[in-house]
Amino acid sequence: MNQQLIICGVGGQGILFVTRLLAESAIAKGLPVLTSETHGMAQRGGIVVSHLKVGAFASPLVRPGRADALLSLKPETVALHLHFLKEGGAVAANAQQSLADVAGHPVSLIDADSLALALGDPQAVNLIVLGRALADSGTLFCTAEEVEAVIRRKMAGKDKQLARALAAFRAGLEAGGKEDGAC
Amino acid sequence: MAIEKLQKRLLQGNEALARGLVESGCVVAASYPGTPASEILGSVKSWQQAEAVEMHVEWAVNEKVALEIAYTASQTGLRAATAMKQVGLNVASDPLMSAAYLGVVGGFVVVSADDPGPHSSQTEQDSRLMAMLAKIPVLDPGSPEEARELAGVAFELSERFRIPVMIRPTTRVCHACQDIELRPVTRLERTASFKKDPSRWAATPKFRYQLHLELNGKLAEIAAYGPTAPRCLNPEVKSRRAVVASGPAASYAKELFADLQLWDKMNLHQVIQPYPLHSSFVDSLLAEYDEILVLEETVGVIEMQIRDRHKVKGKLSGMVPEAGELLPEVVERLLAEFAGLTVPVQVAVQAQGGRRPTLCPGCPHRASFYAIKRAAPAGIYPSDIGCYTLGINLGGVDTVLCMGASISQAAGFYQSYRVTGQRKDIVATVGDSTFFHAGIPPLIDAVAQGARFVLVILDNVTTAMTGNQPTPAHGSPAGRAVHIESIVQGCGVGFVETADPLQLPAFTALLKKALAYSREQGVAVVIAKSPCLVDRAVPKQKRRQPTVSSACTGCRVCIDQFECPALRFEPDGKRVTVDPMICSGCGVCLDVCAFKAIVREEIP
Repeated sequence: MNQQLIICGVGGQGILFVTRLLAESAIAKGLPVLTSETHGMAQRGGIVVSHLKVGAFASPLVRPGRADALLSLKPETVALHLHFLKEGGAVAANAQQSLADVAGHPVSLIDADSLALALGDPQAVNLIVLGRALADSGTLFCTAEEVEAVIRRKMAGKDKQLARALAAFRAGLEAGGKEDGAC
Repeated sequence: MAIEKLQKRLLQGNEALARGLVESGCVVAASYPGTPASEILGSVKSWQQAEAVEMHVEWAVNEKVALEIAYTASQTGLRAATAMKQVGLNVASDPLMSAAYLGVVGGFVVVSADDPGPHSSQTEQDSRLMAMLAKIPVLDPGSPEEARELAGVAFELSERFRIPVMIRPTTRVCHACQDIELRPVTRLERTASFKKDPSRWAATPKFRYQLHLELNGKLAEIAAYGPTAPRCLNPEVKSRRAVVASGPAASYAKELFADLQLWDKMNLHQVIQPYPLHSSFVDSLLAEYDEILVLEETVGVIEMQIRDRHKVKGKLSGMVPEAGELLPEVVERLLAEFAGLTVPVQVAVQAQGGRRPTLCPGCPHRASFYAIKRAAPAGIYPSDIGCYTLGINLGGVDTVLCMGASISQAAGFYQSYRVTGQRKDIVATVGDSTFFHAGIPPLIDAVAQGARFVLVILDNVTTAMTGNQPTPAHGSPAGRAVHIESIVQGCGVGFVETADPLQLPAFTALLKKALAYSREQGVAVVIAKSPCLVDRAVPKQKRRQPTVSSACTGCRVCIDQFECPALRFEPDGKRVTVDPMICSGCGVCLDVCAFKAIVREEIP
């Protein structure tokens, strides 16, 4: 199983955390993994992008036109990174309105900002979008159960943090069952 | 608790490199943070604690001090390492050049992380050129796993030839993550034992000539050292063309050889040690191939050592770009062109845009810059390296040169205007960690030379930009905290006051007082003390978010002059609202709004 993903948004949204959850899910499945992260000045509110490659790869960067899916935590970062997607590559994005210029790509949208505020946890957008991406089975290399196991392991002993994380993750997952993403 | 062995774990390149250092018996490690090298030392500390090994691990005041401390440990026979970013090595270059001549006893590894792009640096400089200048060998890992492995190779090489060894990872190694198997930690059980030998350790110029001859001899032998020799990845293939690659470019080439079906068509050699390049490798390349493509970052260091300008294609020949990151899509185009294949259609990339980095909502630096502009609207604002470089968005930063230069530049501006009969308000800004790093000598110079300016030390009590590493103001468990105020007083500054910039009106008034002093008497220092909001060591304050009343006129002062990302101009073009997703509730904007339209119910 080879899969290449792009995860993007702006600094402070927890893109590194989502990337690591997915990477550790790959390791739990016995798959080799390489990621590339953004650190430094861009983390101060600038555009942050992670590349994640699961399977037989030697380098961490995804070439344009090669990504199987794009996870975006901000509506405007979809257009910025859409060139990474291969033909028919999937988009899962935090957005309140439908996105322009995504023709030809299966799109799953979720209003993660409103959901996060409703949960009283503005920092939870990342896990809501991750949940939404995993709601469509077959898009990502791993299942929601596999990612949840990693979340539980990483937050073992931190009960309050874990409960908040799982609430956000499940909110995204459940929204996927209700909404028709291709709006 | 000992770490479970033989289990694959997700490690960042910097964590993997740190693991390699600890696995190889490193006992002393010192560093100053800088992207992309910042996580190395913290990871060394984590591995040291997890494996319960006895080590001295320190965040030094700057890279020069870090290198000198680690090098001295090597003089006592211990294995030691120092880590920094490429421009940090500029600061540490003085001891490095000398240490190359003197040589080492215990293995000594200098990690200098490069940042092709650049993503988070002033320059794209290639540390391998610094290794050439110092005449020391340099190793070029292409992945986190190679970084772990090469740490051990570097210590062996260093001890075998009694020479400092550089490891040069780049951003794509440092900030890549990979599944990595941990190896057991070697416990060398050495004790520090310094053998006095003044003719070597304190060599005078006469002996330095001898040491230089010795160094040249070592380099010639290192150019034949087996464990660091280039690796041919498909030796069964016989071809007239070959690709020579190092670092991340070698990793891209490995994938692209598969995608472009080149594995059975031409040889791919991965260079592990770009300098000194193995002499027999150079000879065989030139004897066996008609054409050689060299892929490396950022300068043609390998290419320049293959002394044939007809067969060799690379940066010097003009085929490979000489600036910017060598991205895999660029490598793909180059490999296809070199192999005579149809060059794949490159996917059009959306014009980069999006949003610029900005100071965090509630960052105390934003308040400082706003106050500086109010107090000295016609001033010159030299600044420095750190988060507060982003004060450029607010018009509060006019110059950024290198660590500590804000203070020397403030003095330089003062002297230039004075000598030509003019006066100008000058307000320099420097962060607390940067002040400790390189700000003290220029402050002494400014006082001694009679310069007149205001220096605002933006003291958030942490090294924020690189991930909140401690500063000397924290001291260490064995040491004592060093206070900025007493340093400033010790430098002879006559005006030193500390205040919280989040109290905007009072802070602006203090700046005006400091400016009045600087116009008449000399250097005035204001310490703007307020904690960093992303520092996990500081407890989060519960502060109510403000709202915007109907008194908002849409004048945009808070958007354009104060530039808080939590203040949004509504698309209707009439008024501002507060973004509840990111507002920290610092409340400074209440003082920024001239119409008192930003309001907040105080918590009773």
